[in-house]
Amino acid sequence: MMETALGLYNYWIAIFLMMAGFYIVVAHDNLIKKIVGLNIFQASVFVLYISLGKVTGGTAPIIDPAVTVYSNPLPHVLILTAIVVGVATTALGLALVVRINEAYGTIEEEEIHVQDDET
Amino acid sequence: MITPHLPALQIVIPLVAAPLCMLVRYRDWAWGVALMASWLAFGISWLLLQQVLAGGPISYAMGGWSAPIGIEYRVDLLNAFVLLIVSAIGSVMMPYARHSVTHEFGHQRTYMFYTAYLLCFTGLLGVTITGDAFNLFVFLEISSLSSYVLIALGNDRRALTAAYQYLVMGTIGATFIVIGIGLLYSETGTLNMVDLAERIAQMPPNRTIGAAFGFLVVGISLKLALFPLHLWLPNAYTYAPSMVSAFLAATATKVAVYVLLRFLFSVFRVDLSFGVMPLDMVLLGLAVIAMFAASTVAIFQNNLKRMLAYSSVAQIGYMILGISFTNVTGLTATLLHLFNHAMMKGGMFLALGCIVLRVGSATIGDLHGIGRRMPWSTAAFVIGGLSLIGVPLTVGFISKWYLVLAAIERGWWGVGLLIVLSSLLAVAYIWRVVEIAYFQRPPTGAAHVEEAPLSMLIPTWILIGASVYFGINTELTVDVAGRAAVALFGAGS
Repeated sequence: MMETALGLYNYWIAIFLMMAGFYIVVAHDNLIKKIVGLNIFQASVFVLYISLGKVTGGTAPIIDPAVTVYSNPLPHVLILTAIVVGVATTALGLALVVRINEAYGTIEEEEIHVQDDET
Repeated sequence: MITPHLPALQIVIPLVAAPLCMLVRYRDWAWGVALMASWLAFGISWLLLQQVLAGGPISYAMGGWSAPIGIEYRVDLLNAFVLLIVSAIGSVMMPYARHSVTHEFGHQRTYMFYTAYLLCFTGLLGVTITGDAFNLFVFLEISSLSSYVLIALGNDRRALTAAYQYLVMGTIGATFIVIGIGLLYSETGTLNMVDLAERIAQMPPNRTIGAAFGFLVVGISLKLALFPLHLWLPNAYTYAPSMVSAFLAATATKVAVYVLLRFLFSVFRVDLSFGVMPLDMVLLGLAVIAMFAASTVAIFQNNLKRMLAYSSVAQIGYMILGISFTNVTGLTATLLHLFNHAMMKGGMFLALGCIVLRVGSATIGDLHGIGRRMPWSTAAFVIGGLSLIGVPLTVGFISKWYLVLAAIERGWWGVGLLIVLSSLLAVAYIWRVVEIAYFQRPPTGAAHVEEAPLSMLIPTWILIGASVYFGINTELTVDVAGRAAVALFGAGS
């Protein structure tokens, strides 16, 4: 029991990161910190995918006559795409924060709500 | 010669046109590029539907790499139908955009709008046409990212916070979808949907597949704004530019409903989705709450765009309700409503856009006597509203008729009654507008307003006209929706 729990440590890391990121997104008022939380949340999925592709004893998937066991490259390639999507999301999110700061003079969600209620 | 490549061209044409818009900044040329791309996409999706109707599903190996290794574009009746909806809406709305967008952004920045619009259009078509689960996620993010940009372009500063909120929630939804796809991949070793379906059907239901199912359903529900995950939608539709509200309301949530159908019926299949997992009861509960809660909230909105947004949440409830019946009639109703709601809500948002263009506000207090000042726009809005209620001779009636039939077929008489009752709430919020528009005098000394330009009125009336035409002549829609529904159920047996 203990051994399987420890043997699956990659999943525990992914779950921990996921929950930590999600908590930051929900709990923080600061719009930039929310984006950081979102990044951690996405990174947890990257870890999950990459660890799925690891084959015990396998090496990098480059053909070599001396090697017979390779790691599965497909999840890694998928995550390259997902990272690009993540970068685009972060860039757009931060750009929006800049515009919000210009329009409201603050990036605290609470203060933005107060300003919206006044108008 | 070109016919076998139609599935690829469906995506490639708008995708290539998007950066082209960025390059041609001379006057209205970007609009011209976007118009051509939309119309070509519409033509292609029409040809694809004809091909599928005549010869069955089309499989296209992207780049010559055949499935399941390569990315497959797979067109069957269901997604040919959705492709047609999306591209038809896009090509009807493009002529409208010229005046509306220039009015809202000025001449300098319109090319950026068309670039973002075409990317969104590409993403939505791509989600619909692809047969590869991970490719679906990528297209979903292309459409989502560009729709955040489009929403943030609104003139009100609250458009920015609405876009930000949508970005955070949308990204969480998309990440859930990736987790679901990853778990499915770890269990089956494939990403091709047809292949996935076969391998899942062969193995006994286990916890990994159950978890993947859960993540996918929650993630997609966020994207389609299923109650209670709809919180991003009202602000986003309220503060976005008129053209964007209309386009997203008519297409984005529809495509998300399609994705849900694809996963529930084609990938997991009926036995797993509704037999092993009790999803039908969950969807039934949420759909009924959405129908009542969102319609009730809509009655109390003073901003008409926000009212329509809440009404959209309620209408999504009807689509989900059709799924929860898990019979062919219910699924037919869902698909019909997908089409019908795109026509009527798109038309209503366009009509409202005409009013906002001239009056400068969508607040109900500013619209006294608007029925006399802008007769054509207001009439379009009201006819769309009648269709939302489900008055006979409009498309709304057809959808609700099939929904009630499906409820009776399932033996849920009470639910059939609830469908009729919730329509009364729509009467309440539409009547409020009719009363202000026609039975109140314009305030004395109000500025004279003209009717909107023809380039905006004609697209509005095409959609409103379609929502009446397809309410009377239901042959095409009912036939295609019915056959697609039968095919979806056929995949499970």
